[in-house]
Amino acid sequence: MILSKADVLHVARLSALALTEAEAERMTGELSAILNYVEGLSAVDISDKTLEEVSLSPTLLAPDVPVPSLSPDVALAGAPDRSGSFFQVPRILEEGR
Amino acid sequence: MKNPFFSSVADFVRGRDERRFSIEEVTRYFLSRTEALNPSLNVCLSINQNAVNRARQIDARLVRNRADSPLTGYPVMVKDNLEMEGYPTTCASRILSGYISRRTATAVARLLSRGVVVLGKTNLDEFAMGSSTENSAFGPTKNPWNPARVPGGSSGGSAAAVAAGLAPLALGSDTGGSIRQPAAFCGVLGVKPTYGRISRSGLVAFSSSLDQIGPFAGSGADALEALVAMSGKDPLDMTTVERDPSEMHSEYQSTEVRGLRIGIPEALFGEGLDPSIRERLMEVREALTGEGAREMEVTLPHSRFGINVYYLVATSEASSNLSRFDGVRYGFRVKKPADLRAMYEETRDQGFGDEVKRRILLGTFALSAGYQEAFYRKARKVQALIRKDFIEAFERCDMILTPTSPTPPFAFGEKTGDPLSMYLSDVYTITANLAGLPALSVPVGVDSQGLPVGAHLIGPPWSEGRLLKMADRIAGLYPMPLPEVHAGHVAGSPEGGRR
Repeated sequence: MILSKADVLHVARLSALALTEAEAERMTGELSAILNYVEGLSAVDISDKTLEEVSLSPTLLAPDVPVPSLSPDVALAGAPDRSGSFFQVPRILEEGR
Repeated sequence: MKNPFFSSVADFVRGRDERRFSIEEVTRYFLSRTEALNPSLNVCLSINQNAVNRARQIDARLVRNRADSPLTGYPVMVKDNLEMEGYPTTCASRILSGYISRRTATAVARLLSRGVVVLGKTNLDEFAMGSSTENSAFGPTKNPWNPARVPGGSSGGSAAAVAAGLAPLALGSDTGGSIRQPAAFCGVLGVKPTYGRISRSGLVAFSSSLDQIGPFAGSGADALEALVAMSGKDPLDMTTVERDPSEMHSEYQSTEVRGLRIGIPEALFGEGLDPSIRERLMEVREALTGEGAREMEVTLPHSRFGINVYYLVATSEASSNLSRFDGVRYGFRVKKPADLRAMYEETRDQGFGDEVKRRILLGTFALSAGYQEAFYRKARKVQALIRKDFIEAFERCDMILTPTSPTPPFAFGEKTGDPLSMYLSDVYTITANLAGLPALSVPVGVDSQGLPVGAHLIGPPWSEGRLLKMADRIAGLYPMPLPEVHAGHVAGSPEGGRR
């Protein structure tokens, strides 16, 4: 499968990655080569309807019991920017979305 | 690699309990060796400044009470994608610069509760993505056998630490071969346990359904002690299984080479395997049958699709797991972004290295609308076939022997320009992750260039004890020479091979 640069930029947006022009060019070639390789899977017959997707362990959920979590000060200790007991980020409302 | 105090965990226990050395002495020895060699090898990303203090506390405790674990006072290095409260965890990524962990990984906590002394945290490919440590934001680790060669990866720092004698034990993580391939490249033993054996809590997640923590050590018996200490049910990781870790001890004790059925997938010894590695492996096979093991031919017809499946499943999970690194709560954030979206996108673009971005993009693509069925779902079904192959093979044999790596340790830069050729480094190891099986790499001497060669053993679920016993028997047949490592000069030993 050959990806176009537009495909890569679309996936980059889904991934929240701002690729530079040069990166997008390079990734287009590299990802196409990797996809070509992984498409070798088309040689495998998976028509067997009994074939279940592999699950190495049953899906178990932790008991829904509240436990103490980080205090605001500990949680915020590594924040790049904070305001009082909040993480601070650029304004959202002006973004127009 | 040898140290002046002890040759194994058992020997350490004798020396410690007979007070032939103090824990402080031992700790200072490894720290000063690390200080001398780290500038040339780049094994450690951080040294534990508290290690000597902890050693003194343990010594003080040992004056009053006998040690309650073989590992009390034992020095360990930890891959820098495992968290330790109060210490940095970088994952060898710019995006975690300045990050200090607020918790300790369960596996590390269990070792600490046995009294180990953590010496430092080791280099890796960024977020454990790679096979050479060349993807580290802090520069590659050098192979102690030959500084022009890669140590393998992603746990290259931990493998090199044990090979160069900077620590007798080190922890790594293995998602597609990240413990076993560097173990082979550095001439040490490395083990990936059964999925569910060891809690992944506190291991920074790459591909959650494949990641496992495991040890590098000088022998199977030493690795066993670490495995037993780290294993068991953990409420913080719901995939851990309720099994008694001491079953590994009993299986280690009871396993004999005589009569053991060793599965040989002949196809994996053919095309694509370095001839010098092949030769070594054929000698191992001969030696084992000489000891009374029986070879059984097994076929793993879907193994050749392992890389294909892996690079869809692992990248899909990675794209989700790495979405948490967004510059909001910790780590790196770009200066003065135009808006929130730009903050996310630019932080991630500048914070992640190329390989991490490549995998995030690939995984996002594989999960995206219109492609999920053809890529991710299909890969999961082929994964089921790979697993089925192993279940059938283990009806006929007790373990499977393959090479660990198709090539000897390669030169820096040799594969960085071609991501796909780097991925193929994991062709023999990757299926054990896809099937959730325990596997290890044991050194079997050196190749024609004097570089280490590894043999790879894969077992049925929960057979770590058996595999480790076999590894020790193989090591007995192939005493491994040691790299000669001096500050500023790192060179391989010319001697090797079978006694």
